[in-house]
Amino acid sequence: MTTALAAETLVAGSSWAGWILWLPLLSLALCGVCAAMKVRSKLPAWITVACLGLSFVVTLSLYMGYQPGQHQTIHLFRWLNLHWTSAQGEGSFIANFALYVDSLTLLWMLFVTGLGTLIALYASEYMEHDVGKGYTRFFAGMSVFLFAMSSLVMADNLVMLYLGWEGVGFASYWLIGYFYQKPSAVAAAKKAFIMNRIGDLGLALAIYFIWHAFGTVEYAQLFAILDSHNYSHEKAGWTIDAIPYLLMLGAFGKSAQLPLYVWLPDAMEGPTPVSALIHAATMVTAGVYLIARMYPMMLLDAAALPTVAWIGTLTALLAATIGMAQYDIKRIMAYSTVSQLGYMFAGLGVMTSVGGCYHVFTHAFFKAVLFLTCGAIMHGFAGQLDLRRISGLRHMNGWKIVAYTMLVGCLCLAGFPFTSGFFSKDMILAEAFVTHGPGFQWIGWILLFTAGLTAYYTFRVWFRVCAGPSHFEMGDEHHGDDDHDHGHNAHDHAHGGGRGHDQPHVPRLAINSVLMIIAIGAILAAFAGGWVERLILDSSAAAGVPGHAETAHGGAGEVAAHGTFLGMDPHKAMYWVSAFVGIVGILIAWRLHLANRKAADALRARLLSNPATRWLPTAMEHKWYVDEFYHAIIVLPMWIIGYICSLIDRYIVDWLLVDGTARTPKFLGRAFQPLQNGIVQSYAVSMAGGAALAVVLIVVIMPHMKQWLDALMGGGG
Amino acid sequence: MIEALSHISLTHYLIVSAALFVIGLVGFLVRRNMIIMFLCTELMFQAAAIAMVAFSRFSLDVSGQVFVIFILTVAAAEAALALGLIVLLYRRRETLNSEAWSEMRES
Repeated sequence: MTTALAAETLVAGSSWAGWILWLPLLSLALCGVCAAMKVRSKLPAWITVACLGLSFVVTLSLYMGYQPGQHQTIHLFRWLNLHWTSAQGEGSFIANFALYVDSLTLLWMLFVTGLGTLIALYASEYMEHDVGKGYTRFFAGMSVFLFAMSSLVMADNLVMLYLGWEGVGFASYWLIGYFYQKPSAVAAAKKAFIMNRIGDLGLALAIYFIWHAFGTVEYAQLFAILDSHNYSHEKAGWTIDAIPYLLMLGAFGKSAQLPLYVWLPDAMEGPTPVSALIHAATMVTAGVYLIARMYPMMLLDAAALPTVAWIGTLTALLAATIGMAQYDIKRIMAYSTVSQLGYMFAGLGVMTSVGGCYHVFTHAFFKAVLFLTCGAIMHGFAGQLDLRRISGLRHMNGWKIVAYTMLVGCLCLAGFPFTSGFFSKDMILAEAFVTHGPGFQWIGWILLFTAGLTAYYTFRVWFRVCAGPSHFEMGDEHHGDDDHDHGHNAHDHAHGGGRGHDQPHVPRLAINSVLMIIAIGAILAAFAGGWVERLILDSSAAAGVPGHAETAHGGAGEVAAHGTFLGMDPHKAMYWVSAFVGIVGILIAWRLHLANRKAADALRARLLSNPATRWLPTAMEHKWYVDEFYHAIIVLPMWIIGYICSLIDRYIVDWLLVDGTARTPKFLGRAFQPLQNGIVQSYAVSMAGGAALAVVLIVVIMPHMKQWLDALMGGGG
Repeated sequence: MIEALSHISLTHYLIVSAALFVIGLVGFLVRRNMIIMFLCTELMFQAAAIAMVAFSRFSLDVSGQVFVIFILTVAAAEAALALGLIVLLYRRRETLNSEAWSEMRES
């Protein structure tokens, strides 16, 4: 059966689709050439933009040729192809370098390559201070990322997905640590990499268990086997039940969910285009993609998807509360990303893979635009990111596009009625109330509350930074006493020359046009709901979704037949409820951060002065002490063990064994050292004495030696 | 006189040789003047030469005497070399004391 399937879907004519992967690699190679030739212009940026743009065009034409309801396997080359014969019979392990193209793949690839191109274009201006130094390295990193992300998404088997998975992790490490002379950036890069290792362990084990249980890692065969229940649950034993949870661990590591989310806020040490592309729009959604792609696998254990939903919900709430109390706008956006990723997982968990994936899609646009505007502000104000130190951006010359595209992003994120975020969030919220599952009602209420918090903290940023009276303070690279303890301003030297540090540096064409294009995309994404739904329901992510059969051709609405909310169709009711919650959040933000900014400080002061509530703002500003907690229970014990090992190494191995061996002859030598006194006569004395001893030995002792020895032996025996 | 001489045995020669060697050795060990030390080594050479000649005569084998002639030749050559060295060393330090030349000691 499986061979027939492979033959049927192996379309030779589409191998040009491989260019989606090869173009970023080509760009990487050309960037390498640029680095070798020490190019001191913006050439690497144009190469990267051109290659990624072409990659997007190839993706688009692949989408144009896509037939609904069908998937394609495009074989590129043989990669891992192992066959063997053992006592249990014939065995094989096949993982070809092949692309699995279905609607889920296409959805992801469209926004990955599209946003990748636009953000590379943005970066061509944003990174200009580094032209000739790190510029080529930056774009090489972007190319690596796009290659890895494409192979992750387009892989036709889990091993190739793992290749991409590790590749994006590596690219992320590369780019977070871009300012490698800054210790905090290096630490953040290492933290991201190590945190991801924990998740990757889960994914690697999951792949092994999947191969163990199903004998293949290729999607097409896996789905066929799962569809026909043509596998032995008993033979695999507990490992088959562990698969969904291990996949989850991998997804939570990559997508920054509890308990592995702490790396993502620190990842903001990287240049902002990286934060926008990798740590907001694309890479962090790889976990969502993995769960969506492996949706039939997640159904193996009944408790798996509810676990996903609960973890996502709790992450969303936790990250939103932290985001409310931060002052660094980029960090607020980072926590909001963690929070929105929580929504996506909650969506997947409550059986609306459509809602989850639609939220990925809309989030990719509005979060990219939010990060890119933060980047523009940072770029212009010499690294200033503290929302208390910039105000009234929309009244400043040249900043209107930034201010209003940010408004678009904020409205979408806040779930303001008729924006893209509003529709995608509603889909998840409504489904939480519709689907029957452990505590799904609670999930709905928590997510609704979180939506209010989201609206509040989003507009806290916008009202503070973009509205109100105009004033600003430039950032300083030493970022001395203010509480944003991680400067992103290693690069503001470039603006110092001729311009001075006191004047903001207005964004130019590349940044402004990219902001506008992505903002328009964020607005238009509101109309993409039906399109995304058709794509998702066409793919493996639709398995087990209630009402799948009807909605595949119908659209929204039918799903709602399963339950009601407040006596109404949940999807319609949710429009009202979430719009209300979102607007309330915005109004509170308006009251505290625009109409009467002193009230916010007064509120904080009042909470702090009351012993019963003091813990709340303190804990929120310190991110609930999660970093400290991890430090205490994991880092510190590890550090202590490491220190003890280093002591053993230093004092027992090095000092006692290695140096001790070397020191023995040295001490012996020191005992005889006084003999070496430089006076000829003393040497002569020892020589004469030695000669005399030899004479005594030969003349007196040796003749009697035999007798003595015999006497000794005789006495002993 | 001649009779007395005819009673001289190998032992007598060897005692003279040993005495000469010990005088040379003690002189070498206790004196610091380089010329004296050199002369003492010459004494030890001659002690060895006397012993060889004596052995040669008493065992009726000329090879010992041949050896002695070699020793004298080498000693002469070595004397020229050693005295030359001593002159050079004296010019460096303006003293003949061997303790002036002890840089090779440990510490």
